[in-house]
Amino acid sequence: MAKVLVFAEHFDGALKKSNLSVFTFASQVAEGGEVHALLAGSGVKGLAEGLNKYGLAGVHVADDGKLEGYLAETYANLVVKVANEIGADAVACAASTTGKDLMPRVAAKLEAGMISDCLGLEDGLFLTPMWAGNVIGHVEVSTPKKVFTVRTTEFDAAAEGGAGAVSDVAVDVEAGVDKNFVEFQKTESDRPDLTEAAVVVSGGRGLKGEDGFKMIESLADLFNAAIGATRSAVDAGWVPNDLQVGQTGKIVAPDLYFAIGLSGAIQHLAGMKGSKTIVTINKDPEAPICAVSDYYVVADAFKAVPELVEEIKKVKS
Amino acid sequence: MKILVTAKRVTDPDMKIKVKPDGTGIVTDSMNYKVNPFCEIAVEEAVRIKEAGDAEVVVIGIGPKEGAMEIRQGLAMGGDRGIHIVVDGDEPCPAGIAQILAKIIEEEKPDLILTGKQAVDNDANQASQILAEMINAPQACFASKIELADGRAKVTREVDGGLEVIDVGLPAVVTADLRLNEPRYPSLPNIMKAKRKPIDEKPMADLGLDLTPRCTVKKMSPPPERAGGVQVEDVPTLVVKLRDEAKVI
Repeated sequence: MAKVLVFAEHFDGALKKSNLSVFTFASQVAEGGEVHALLAGSGVKGLAEGLNKYGLAGVHVADDGKLEGYLAETYANLVVKVANEIGADAVACAASTTGKDLMPRVAAKLEAGMISDCLGLEDGLFLTPMWAGNVIGHVEVSTPKKVFTVRTTEFDAAAEGGAGAVSDVAVDVEAGVDKNFVEFQKTESDRPDLTEAAVVVSGGRGLKGEDGFKMIESLADLFNAAIGATRSAVDAGWVPNDLQVGQTGKIVAPDLYFAIGLSGAIQHLAGMKGSKTIVTINKDPEAPICAVSDYYVVADAFKAVPELVEEIKKVKS
Repeated sequence: MKILVTAKRVTDPDMKIKVKPDGTGIVTDSMNYKVNPFCEIAVEEAVRIKEAGDAEVVVIGIGPKEGAMEIRQGLAMGGDRGIHIVVDGDEPCPAGIAQILAKIIEEEKPDLILTGKQAVDNDANQASQILAEMINAPQACFASKIELADGRAKVTREVDGGLEVIDVGLPAVVTADLRLNEPRYPSLPNIMKAKRKPIDEKPMADLGLDLTPRCTVKKMSPPPERAGGVQVEDVPTLVVKLRDEAKVI
């Protein structure tokens, strides 16, 4: 039985869906104990209700102007304060860029062992991907407190449950270091979040440029899909960096993943091989992506994708 | 300015990695090793900062004896001298790496600590953040741009949803992300010059640290296999299968 504190995330005024997967993970770690959530930011207390329907023992709200610009150091001090106040044995967050930036600092403050991108528990050991997911490490954490970032694609959303006690947290913490938040430059897009979308259409070097990505958008539109990309495409400047799917970018596991004009480098596969159905269009049948695809068509993307869009429209009507 | 930059020896990211049948590790026969790609980007950034102004670049590697090669690679790219903390046995956990770096930082007192955001073998992405906490320095992780001016660093970070810009005082710990720069291939003259640059080698035990691990990998297993590779002859057939078999349309 353990007490687990989840650092809940929100973006653009809404709670992230990933929190629900972290709650499921946290319940597994808690083993009949308690799961708490910490909601932190500026002007966020309205989101507490949305968090508080999953059988949590407590929702702790830290709403203060001081938390307006996220800084790992300030937030880590806040997380540790709340964790200590409730006597948490473990702290968890999704393996988002925030989780990856924040949790190790929290772990250091708690002198806790940390598991990155946790995939689950097995025989008292924590599973973590290594070597771009080609190896599963079974790790023993020997410290009394434990910290996790969670690979949310491995955990179903928590089922709805009762509400817990909501409490306000006094934000009497500082960064404690010489650091200032300057600004956040948001990538504008009407598409769903890459990590939350049920369908993802990804492109790679085979798309040859921004126009290639415009072309696959017509396919994405049919499914209200998110657009993903390989490192090559991002490095070339055809799409923004936060669309990169892969070992060091986003990990996605949508119901349907279209891989268009991308070869399937080890590092890219690491980010999408958990997808339910993988469909590939590639000129090269030897491309590594074909071997992991449920279906692949050997064709020129610039011909096949428009054809695919037409055929799907026919079927849907 | 003094920059301390990491150069970790890792398995070549393009090699196929297999778990040993007994689960005690990966198969290392015919394995190639390289500088961790993210550390390489960090070294490149350190050298560019040196070339733009006046800096000493110290390249540090913590790992097996053979890791001297990767430190040497950092020197060939433009580092001035190296530090090699030789590890006999299992690699320390991320907190252990952080402790070692913190100890070296105590002695070296660098103005900037540049590391790779993660090592492509364990993919932990923890050590630098833990280090920053241990030395009470600001962290700037996943950097895609670093601008130094007046003893401060303005760092652009790649984060979910876009780019974040922060300003930190020095010393700071900055971790390099993919698009920070494109590392150079050292020229042959620089490779030759690097052979004469000093690398201070020290066994890990000599640091006098309690490196009791917080985490230990007890065993390794292969990931679940994915069946795949079904070729479909044309798009109309594909759409029929997607509708009737996969039921995704």
